[in-house]
Amino acid sequence: MAGPVLEMRSIVKTFPGVKALSDVTLTVRQGEVHAICGENGAGKSTLMKVLSGVHPYGSYEGDILFEGEVSQFKDIRASEQHGIVIIHQELALVPYLSIAENIFLGNEHARRGLINWNDTLRHATELLRRVGLDEHPETRVTDIGVGKQQLVEIAKALSKQVKLLILDEPTAALNDEDSDKLLDLILELKNQGLTSIIISHKLNEIRKVADSVTIIRDGRSIETLDVKAPETTEERIIAGMVGRDLDHRFPERTPHQPEEGAAPALEIRGWTVHHPIDQQRKVVDDVSLQVRRGEIVGIAGLMGAGRTELAMSVFGRTYGRYAGGTVLKDGKEIRTKTVAEAVGHGIAYVTEDRKHYGLNLIDTINRNISLTALKKVAKRGIVDEHEERQVSEGFRKTMNIKAPTVFEPVGKLSGGNQQKVVLSKWIFAGPDVLILDEPTRGIDVGAKYEIYTVIDRLAAEGKAVVFISSELPELLGMCDRIYTMAAGRLTGEVARAEATQEVLMRQMTKDKEVTR
Amino acid sequence: MSTDVTAKSPAPAPPGKSGAGAGQGLLGLMLDGLRRNMRQYGMLLALGLIVVLFAIWTDGDLLLPRNVSNLVLQNSYILILAIGMMLVIIAGHIDLSVGSLTAFVGAFAAVLTVQHGMSWPIAMVLCLLVGAVAGSVQGFLIAYLGIPSFIVTLAGMLLFRGLTEILLKGQTLGPFPDGLQKMGNGFLPEVGPNTNYHNLTLLLGLALIVAVVWQEVRDRSRQQEFALDVLPTRLFLLKLTALVAAILVLTLLLASYKGAPIVLIILGALVVGYGYVMRNAVFGRHIYAIGGNLPAAKLSGVKDKKVTFYVFLNMGVLAALAGMVVAARLNAASPKAGVNFELEAIASSFIGGASMSGGVGTVLGAIIGGLVLGVLNNGMNLLSVGTDWQQVIKGLALLVAVGFDVWNKRKSGS
Repeated sequence: MAGPVLEMRSIVKTFPGVKALSDVTLTVRQGEVHAICGENGAGKSTLMKVLSGVHPYGSYEGDILFEGEVSQFKDIRASEQHGIVIIHQELALVPYLSIAENIFLGNEHARRGLINWNDTLRHATELLRRVGLDEHPETRVTDIGVGKQQLVEIAKALSKQVKLLILDEPTAALNDEDSDKLLDLILELKNQGLTSIIISHKLNEIRKVADSVTIIRDGRSIETLDVKAPETTEERIIAGMVGRDLDHRFPERTPHQPEEGAAPALEIRGWTVHHPIDQQRKVVDDVSLQVRRGEIVGIAGLMGAGRTELAMSVFGRTYGRYAGGTVLKDGKEIRTKTVAEAVGHGIAYVTEDRKHYGLNLIDTINRNISLTALKKVAKRGIVDEHEERQVSEGFRKTMNIKAPTVFEPVGKLSGGNQQKVVLSKWIFAGPDVLILDEPTRGIDVGAKYEIYTVIDRLAAEGKAVVFISSELPELLGMCDRIYTMAAGRLTGEVARAEATQEVLMRQMTKDKEVTR
Repeated sequence: MSTDVTAKSPAPAPPGKSGAGAGQGLLGLMLDGLRRNMRQYGMLLALGLIVVLFAIWTDGDLLLPRNVSNLVLQNSYILILAIGMMLVIIAGHIDLSVGSLTAFVGAFAAVLTVQHGMSWPIAMVLCLLVGAVAGSVQGFLIAYLGIPSFIVTLAGMLLFRGLTEILLKGQTLGPFPDGLQKMGNGFLPEVGPNTNYHNLTLLLGLALIVAVVWQEVRDRSRQQEFALDVLPTRLFLLKLTALVAAILVLTLLLASYKGAPIVLIILGALVVGYGYVMRNAVFGRHIYAIGGNLPAAKLSGVKDKKVTFYVFLNMGVLAALAGMVVAARLNAASPKAGVNFELEAIASSFIGGASMSGGVGTVLGAIIGGLVLGVLNNGMNLLSVGTDWQQVIKGLALLVAVGFDVWNKRKSGS
């Protein structure tokens, strides 16, 4: 193997009052794909910000050697000039500009301020071919899916003569198919000689694309492992991340014993929903399912299968256009036309997108938790602030929300802690049925385990839990039964005993094969 | 993900927090409290500074009892509007129509009382009703039909201005009956023996002091009852003393002139009432929630449309109230009344800590912001600064206040 292209030596980065990185050393060899993994808050993103000049030279301690020279980047532009390009988790594309315009944004093919469109389009087409994106460069970015947008980001990076590409959780928002495509592209670019750093939570991805992996924990680099070595198992990586062996990634739970004769806590019959704009399209098509008290029922499906759409349309019709179906609670038909009605009937929906749909990021933990059921801490329309604070302090302790006080703005918390706040606010609402949509998305292994424990406890308390997830191991580890969805339809129902990843995957892709 | 930082290792606990604070001076505790509440106290300090500066420049004229009384009367309507505007801005909207609406309501009051000789209490109720109707129509268009508030209220601004001129036929109407005039210029009545001070005002001041002290002490003991952190005793006493002193000084100033202006009593009631609603009422919380993150509020079961509707309805009522106060103070309804009031109210809100994107701000902030502008106005008038330069300076004050806020936020890394 070739020598190192990048060396970061003993990087220390301090924010006022907090040491974000206390000693990180990272060596990336020429032409490899180097994964960085660690729990949320471990300092991965901060490290990448130091590398790409977001935190400029002088604001950290330690040395960065890129291609043998000490780098002193004062901003992102400076690092890009040296060929270091970072693609952030949240894509930085302008939705109403075309693919080509986005690729060359800030870097236009222009003379004296006038854009040369021929050059732009020709070059864009070339780049799109390189990343395997079959779209016209004049298509608006908003009109293509997230997976393709990710490819546009990579094309943009390539246009900048990238030598070191940094991808921060590139597949977090992608479905399996798009993820695979993206990972293949990373390997393809590697074969062309490009070095990349990939930050990821998904261990199977790391196994697929990476040559080595550096584990970061609590602001320190713990170790660098050779991914291809036989002893580097997923368990080994997880152990490094959490600093202990994780024999059990899921809490032990005794499977639910269905009560004889009792009506299911929640039953959905013949639920059909049309797309909010394209009203001919059925996003959810004649779905019927049921959950009993004390039961955890999974819904598996690929992206676009209609899981979130199903959940949100049932929960106060917050998605799409209702086209038919009924909701029954404990055997009685109920109205769930508005969120207030749904909540009133004891249904809670914990969104998959906590930042946009779950939390008021500028407000405190305290007020976020109480919002769903303010009436519980209020008399005649007046909130009892002391009682409210006591309630939220209680959740801070029981849910292990890591924050100095409940008056911390939620926006300052890490993903895992934000998720705990979202869960708290819905537990506070006191529901009988909880619909959890990707409750562990984008959070670290340790926090995941805590969330699983909470879910388990809720079921043990007799609540009915619907668990929507894209991660099959998680569904297999947690659920009593698993429904599968594909293209808006229910394609199967698998009991815990029969469920394996293969079985589920077959059901999840069923519909596609039929239509093909 | 720089945001992860706080989660992992909580920011060093402020030393004054636990109430122990052993070995730490009172000044240290104060500074610490200040640092943590920069947003709230920053503007209060700035206001204090402006008052002191102008008091010096005007050789104390600014703080003469007559002038303090004047200051209250001059700014009352902007402050009333600022309260409503703060709610609108927190909800994530804007209202450009309030200046025109105040003029319209003033004109309406004049037509009722001066032209038709209606008794003033009935006219007042009708005026408030007109404000409510105007506000609810705009609120309906914004909340239920989804037309942006900027557009709806821009239209309202033109519309009400036009209607005012139609109603007054371009003329100025006046004078108003005595009762209504009192709203703008009146003072509390004289009662009791001659003490060189205005007795009723003194009594009110004392009552207020008792109420404030009782409220603060009760609050503190309730906090202790729930085993929550409380302010260190010394700091608490200091805060109480400062509060009492401030009320006392204002009371004495006003009582040594003609007593408390009636509009100050109205304003005081509004501040206390709205402050309480925004802080403690479910309705207030819902306003913050929809302004902070609308989709999340919706998914939490907040009836966002209803809340938005009522916020605008409320703005209409307050605009009507301000309209009557302005008309009463000038003792005439004029087609040119209330010009730029909306902008002053908006500026007051932003100086007082509101955010363009909504979700942030307090009623007290709006009042402080309004007072900053008011004291600037009054002080510059005393110094005979021309209106040309007054505008320049007020513009700069807005920029500096919001700029400081932005800078302060960036520094704290959020």
